[in-house]
Amino acid sequence: MRSSDIFITGVGQSQIGIRLTRHPLLLTVDAVREALDEAGLTIGQIDGISTYPGRAAAYLGFSPVGADELVDALGIRATWYAGGLEITSQLGAVVAAAGAIRLGQARHVICYRTVYEAAAMARPDEYPVARRDVVDGSSQWFAPFNALSAVNWTAQYAMRHVKRYGLTREQLAQIALTDRANAALNPRALIREPLTMDEYMSARMISSPLCLFDCDRFTDASTVLIVSAGDAVDEVTCTPIRIAAMAGSVERLSWDQAEWMACYPTGIDLWKRTDYKPADVDTAQLYDGFSFQAVAWLESLGFCGVGEGGRFIEGGKRIALDGELPLNTFGGQIGAGRLHGFGFAHEAVVQLRGKGGARQIKGDPRVAVCASGGGPLATALLLARD
Amino acid sequence: MSRVPRALPRLDAVNRPFWTGGANGELRLMRCADCAVFVHPPRPICPKCLSENVAPQTVAGTGVIDTFTVNYQKWHPALEVPFVIARVAIDGAPGVYLTTNIVGCPVEDVEIGDRVSVKFLQQGEVYLPLFEKVS
Repeated sequence: MRSSDIFITGVGQSQIGIRLTRHPLLLTVDAVREALDEAGLTIGQIDGISTYPGRAAAYLGFSPVGADELVDALGIRATWYAGGLEITSQLGAVVAAAGAIRLGQARHVICYRTVYEAAAMARPDEYPVARRDVVDGSSQWFAPFNALSAVNWTAQYAMRHVKRYGLTREQLAQIALTDRANAALNPRALIREPLTMDEYMSARMISSPLCLFDCDRFTDASTVLIVSAGDAVDEVTCTPIRIAAMAGSVERLSWDQAEWMACYPTGIDLWKRTDYKPADVDTAQLYDGFSFQAVAWLESLGFCGVGEGGRFIEGGKRIALDGELPLNTFGGQIGAGRLHGFGFAHEAVVQLRGKGGARQIKGDPRVAVCASGGGPLATALLLARD
Repeated sequence: MSRVPRALPRLDAVNRPFWTGGANGELRLMRCADCAVFVHPPRPICPKCLSENVAPQTVAGTGVIDTFTVNYQKWHPALEVPFVIARVAIDGAPGVYLTTNIVGCPVEDVEIGDRVSVKFLQQGEVYLPLFEKVS
């Protein structure tokens, strides 16, 4: 451990629900309080805020709380803050915070992601969606063809795996089945009931080959990670988790012009920046807004070869809670709710600290990988408990 | 498909040739006049040689289905499902793919590798390049 290392210290999470009436700023503060309590920090020690994607005026449910609003609500003076959509996916906000800390701009940065999509759907007058009958930017290449959802874009990558590598629905089902089995052990998870293979196989198709249970569900929640400087971790009371490596990428920010999803080059880059190897990883927390993204991340991070993801997860034993590579132990987004990227880093920290309760993996986990995005944008973090 | 409500692009100086070429039955892609690379989505500069000498060029309007999905979800009440969303590799324009709809055949008849040809759908000033299988 060097003083230039960067750590995740406190982590926190609000309740996870749908159509919550608690104000999204208060959900955010709930998560902040939990993270501060865990770290033994006071609000006065926080000097930075980082978020993805910042307040989304055109679609408030997607991101209702701006970083400046949180600065104001917490009554802090930040020496650095940032929030934006144009970053290498959700956990890019952690990378940005780590960079700012390394450069001496802050010592303890609250990184957060607040989602309010279910509540916004229920209360569109309060949380309106901008008109979408005229589109520009990247939307113009998709929306006119009614390729309206990321499920349509992701499904096309999944279909290529089906046709090129023989990925089956029974194999893909293991992501949802694993998520739901783990979510049943997570008191905060949105969906607490396990899913059976029969239920999965008979589910209605959304965008082939992805069915209803391959998709996460709009959720109201906030997740917080406090990122701290190496020379400030003696101020915290929890076990600091070191960010051993970070990687992110964007190439042709587009769901259709890139040959490969951005997770593939990102996974390769991650291992170039550390002496750890995939075999050292005790648990993987991989983005699964759509199940196939987790399969692509497993391949990208070198747990199996490109095209072998389906066979890697077949039967589900390998990625189960008691398997050789426990995956998405909190339930992933499919089970725990669409926390949008931050849930994976949160859970990696929980597991490395042995705080998983009924879902805690066996042994003495020391290394975890977590990832967000995977389509045109991707970020991966390797976390270690020294 | 013609009854399906569709969002339409807001036209500007850069994207207008692409979206209106169908009025002349032409699929037009931006291309660099200096290094011949196609620039899609269209931008006023070539990403390979940074030349600003880019201009729309008409291509054959045929291609191959690179991948696809059948959408079953009614994202809004007027949407008729199922329909095919595909990524088509455009003949004569290496590296350019268009997300589009495959029309004129049952959804179960679409496969990766199928050859397709453009079929424009006029929506006011805009001509959307849909594709149908080449029989």
